Amino acid sequence: MELYAPILVLAVLGAGFAVFSVSIAPFTGPKRWNRAKLDAYECGIDPTPQPIGGGRFPLKYMITAMLFIVFDIEIIFLYPWAVAFDKLGVFGLVEMVLFIVTVLVAYAYVWRRRGLDWD
Amino acid sequence: MITAPTIEYFALAPLLIIFGAAIIGVLVEAFAPRYLRRAVHVPLTLLSLVGAFALVILQTVRGVPTTPAAMGSVAVDGPTLFIWGTILVLSFVSVLLINDEEQFVPSAAAVPGSAEEEKAITEGAAHTEVYPLALFAIGGMLLFPASNDLLIMFVALEVMSLPLYLLCGLARRRRLLSQEASVKYFLLGAFSSAFFLYGTALLYGFAGTVDLLGIRERLAVGGGGTETLLLVGTAMLGVGLLFKIGAAPFQAWKPDVYQGAPTPITALMASGTLVAAFGAVLRVFWVALGNDSWNWEPIMWGVAALTMVAGSILAITQTDIKRMLAYSSIAHAGFLLVGVMAVGERGQNALALSGLLFYLVTYGITTVGAFAIVTLVRDPGGEAWHLSRWAGLGKRSPKLAGLFAFFLLAFAGIPLTSGFFGKYAVFRSAVALGEAWLTGLVVLAVVASAAAAFFYVRVIVLMFFSDPSADGPTVVTPSWATSTVVGFSAFATVALGVFPQPVLDLAEKAAKSLFVQ
Repeated sequence: MELYAPILVLAVLGAGFAVFSVSIAPFTGPKRWNRAKLDAYECGIDPTPQPIGGGRFPLKYMITAMLFIVFDIEIIFLYPWAVAFDKLGVFGLVEMVLFIVTVLVAYAYVWRRRGLDWD
Repeated sequence: MITAPTIEYFALAPLLIIFGAAIIGVLVEAFAPRYLRRAVHVPLTLLSLVGAFALVILQTVRGVPTTPAAMGSVAVDGPTLFIWGTILVLSFVSVLLINDEEQFVPSAAAVPGSAEEEKAITEGAAHTEVYPLALFAIGGMLLFPASNDLLIMFVALEVMSLPLYLLCGLARRRRLLSQEASVKYFLLGAFSSAFFLYGTALLYGFAGTVDLLGIRERLAVGGGGTETLLLVGTAMLGVGLLFKIGAAPFQAWKPDVYQGAPTPITALMASGTLVAAFGAVLRVFWVALGNDSWNWEPIMWGVAALTMVAGSILAITQTDIKRMLAYSSIAHAGFLLVGVMAVGERGQNALALSGLLFYLVTYGITTVGAFAIVTLVRDPGGEAWHLSRWAGLGKRSPKLAGLFAFFLLAFAGIPLTSGFFGKYAVFRSAVALGEAWLTGLVVLAVVASAAAAFFYVRVIVLMFFSDPSADGPTVVTPSWATSTVVGFSAFATVALGVFPQPVLDLAEKAAKSLFVQ
């Protein structure tokens, strides 16, 4: 049980911080409302009123989100490798270069096919 | 210092060539101008397949490795090399069919019939991504039956399936049907992958390893109180694998997907994916769970019986040529499962395995030929799928109808076609065990074959003994590629039906080394 104590403490600290920040913000934050601030947060789609038949929504955000996942996964792989770099040696380096090159190929494809252009 | 893993690059070379060519294909898509892409893709794809095939031959000649490669995660043994050769040949002819540019949509993302689609057509847009996607799928097909580790197998399953989900949605005609096929295949495929993954986790819980040989050893030792994990894990893994081969009751996706997908992709799926998936089924159930056959064989018996009966009977009611061929594929999966049953420590492994390998070759080649002919019979709105449109085709173009009739007879397993020896080899191995319940299954399989022969013959009668309608479909002049595919399939179907021995010997030699155990 002692093994789990730090996790428990971390969870309590994390939850405490989140609850504290959210509950204190309405009292301390400046209130300068404008049109952009009243918009739906980040996704660009108005949840209400719902257009008839569900309506159409732009795919831009989905492409961005998918690209984010690609690079996110890349970082997830890079972290443990960087931590154990001295132990993994040349083999680890070559493997990592190969991995990054393949991700780069996907990136080049998206870039050349204008997947990074917003409009 | 962590010791670097050893990787047998020579043993894995066919895989590396295919995946390397696929990545180069993505770069071609990114940097080559539009008018050049096809000119680069077609030779690149075909050459990589030829190169990989040559390496498979070279490895077979130089002696089959007896230990798994890449730290025990990929087993390049006799059966794997045979399956690789088969998949590469089938992929080669399927890519020749894909080469027919008429089949693919200019812009899949555009709504059917919209202004965007018009614009893409006038601009001369084309989805040349088809080639790298097909190569990724083929690479996955190669890795799937070779994986010696459940996690590698799962990765291979996804590498194989994800490009296929996309490819299914790229048909030029009947866009909505194609998109429906794509979505259905994706949702059901993802669902079955989840089953596979959960089964992997449970088997890991049972054996403490995802290595197939490790699971085998754990089963050989026996004992322990985690039998539930083993049984539920086996069932889940089975659902994931049986979905891919389209065994009943997991067959529902097959007709819809085979119908909606562009016909060359259907040919690739019906031949290559089936071969790869059977390789994986054999590896899981013979290598990992071979010592546990008394637990899974009764279920497999039921699945095999249900699959062949469902495939044969539902095919009779079909009015669409592609759906009929899909149900035929389901029935054939059932016949192949009979071979999977002939397992265990009963000394029949090599016989059953060689029969299965031979059946896979014959069925794959005939399937590609049949779908190649489907691409040639066209209405103004695309291929003529409805069976009524095929009426009297034998009178208008006897050569084409004759070839199609021949392929159908091979599916039915008439002597002097490859299909006969395929069925014979598999059924013989099951009967040779001399166990009543397996012999009973073979009897059921023969009866189902007879029922299946009924709907094949019905199509032949329709083609030759009914009058062609005035506004019947046109038979387009085949391109050199399509003629090559049809010619090759017909030749191989005859050759394997008359002189099956060389390939049977090859399959036997491959089967002798069995799976690495």
